[in-house]
Amino acid sequence: MTAPPDSTGISVEHLDMVFGSYVVQRNVSFRVAPGRIFVIMGGSGCGKSTLLRHMIGLIRPAAGRICYDGESYWDADDNRQTALRQRFGILFQGGALWSSMTLAENVALPLGLYTGLSPREITTLASYKLSLVGLRGFEDYLPAEISGGMRKRAGLARAMALDPAILFFDEPSAGLDPLSSHRLDRLLLELRDSLGTTIVVVTHELASIFAIADDSVFLDSETRTAIAWGPPKTLRQHCEHALVRDFLNRGSGAAGIGAL
Amino acid sequence: MIRAIIVTMAFDQATAPKRQRSNNRRGRAMKTGKDEAGTRRLIRMEPAGPVLRLAVGGVWALSDGLTDPATVGEALGAGGIDTLAVRCEGLERADSALMVYLTALHDLAAAAGVRFDVSGVDAGISALVALARAVPEQAGTGHVTESVARIDRVGSKALAAAREVNSQIQFYGELALSFGRLFTGRARLRWRDVLEVLEESGPRSLLIVTVIGGLIGMILAFIGAVQLRRFGAGIYVADLVGLAMAREMAAVMTGIVIAGKTGAAFAARIGTMQANEEVDALITLGISPIDFLVLPRVIGLALMMPLLYFYACGVGLAGGMLIGTTVLDLSPTEYWQQTQHALHPIQFMIGLGKSVVFGALVAIAGCMRGIRCGRSAAAVGEATTSAVVTGILYIIITDAIFAVLLEIYGL
Repeated sequence: MTAPPDSTGISVEHLDMVFGSYVVQRNVSFRVAPGRIFVIMGGSGCGKSTLLRHMIGLIRPAAGRICYDGESYWDADDNRQTALRQRFGILFQGGALWSSMTLAENVALPLGLYTGLSPREITTLASYKLSLVGLRGFEDYLPAEISGGMRKRAGLARAMALDPAILFFDEPSAGLDPLSSHRLDRLLLELRDSLGTTIVVVTHELASIFAIADDSVFLDSETRTAIAWGPPKTLRQHCEHALVRDFLNRGSGAAGIGAL
Repeated sequence: MIRAIIVTMAFDQATAPKRQRSNNRRGRAMKTGKDEAGTRRLIRMEPAGPVLRLAVGGVWALSDGLTDPATVGEALGAGGIDTLAVRCEGLERADSALMVYLTALHDLAAAAGVRFDVSGVDAGISALVALARAVPEQAGTGHVTESVARIDRVGSKALAAAREVNSQIQFYGELALSFGRLFTGRARLRWRDVLEVLEESGPRSLLIVTVIGGLIGMILAFIGAVQLRRFGAGIYVADLVGLAMAREMAAVMTGIVIAGKTGAAFAARIGTMQANEEVDALITLGISPIDFLVLPRVIGLALMMPLLYFYACGVGLAGGMLIGTTVLDLSPTEYWQQTQHALHPIQFMIGLGKSVVFGALVAIAGCMRGIRCGRSAAAVGEATTSAVVTGILYIIITDAIFAVLLEIYGL
């Protein structure tokens, strides 16, 4: 689960994301250092989740490269792509649990596919993963029978099933109460510190951003490109773009409600 | 907040109506909005040189509709005005109806390049108007509706149809690859899912297949009886019903029923999974959604349809026998023997073959619409209805092909 010592992390180079004639973002470049927590920020609708989907192999970019340890994902053949994807763990917004399967079955599916463990070993391992996120005892529940927060946690257990080197989170705090959000932040920090997992998070929850981010990129919906890079705490004070400072200071304390 | 407005704008209720009447003689009172509401809302324009003063008062309630400031707009357009000053006078009650009116005035003033002065309006109301206009309209986020020339629309539709065909062909390609993996044992599916499909599409469809199969048999017998009776050839109704059911109707009608029932269910189920990102979760784990979701359904329906076909045949023959014995006064034994005489096993083989193919097609149509579904509730509904239409279309086209092929081979 730790990033290998010679790992160069993730490198996104001159990425263009396009839907038909609609340009989502153009010429986006950034680097994610191995074993660090990286946050993708931006206003609503700027393309953060779309960027994530490009990185995890769901959408082919219109231009540019996404490199994992120097190897370009989209230039690799199918088998190589599958091998690369096995190093990812992804938590989708809302968990994206398979609704006809119990929590244990959800976590067990990737285990059954990619490990040579026996069914009983898989059940034990799945239980362990669920207990890590505080869902011990809920193994036989269906996703519809648990709350949204619990579904997210189960989704996280599934994302961690194969001990991935890189974890991707799409709006992990959305819909979580402040305490749960705080617990999730602590879990991410724990994963980074104890296991050296590289973590990429799409979020715009400021409390989480400042709590966990080592580095970040800011996507702008007006100019449709990345405009700021660096640790959020530094950007908050010193970024040359007022928009980024406003974003990180929640409207810079000015009277009235600014652009939401 | 509205209560605060009422409190701060506490005017003597008793004198208000009188003031309205006297105001009617000064300035121009505009009774706008609904006629019945005209007496509730009061808007008075008082031109004063370069300043256009507007007094609003009375009762502004949404139940009376909204007011269009067209008259004010005309006055501004006439020119010579540099300030539009609004104040509240005799305002008893106000809700969003007033806010919308004032916001519209703000826009009119901005468009005419005229200063908008709301100092005479209660602070709470003017703050809301300011808030509504604080954030400039975001460029590029609105939907652009251009009026497109008809020939452009025809072109776009043609291109869209071509893309649709392309997308369907892609699906068939992936499906073929998936079957290839199935036969080499490399497909990733759960056989438990096949059993679930069998249960969903089989026992639960018996009632509707009984009703439809039985009624079709009876209708065929009835139509045949009316004509054949005239030639004293009523007994041949047994042939008619037997052949028609075994060769065509049982397979086709069951296929159509299953398209509406199970095909739609597949599309809805998979479409909803698309909306929940469940399909994406499969893809990112390296599981082909075609292997995992589509194959079990195609296999399940292809296995279940022949069973339903035989059942429909049986029920259809029974329906035909019922008509034969009641309308034509044939005896059940006569009817049954005639049917046996007319029906060669090859007819059942043909019907059986058709039912397997139809089952697979219905599943394919349903799954394809589900996988190609958009990510909203409306898209799921669209995919569901589309699955039924596509399934039925596939059945009928294939049936026609079967008819031609069987004719060629002399069957």
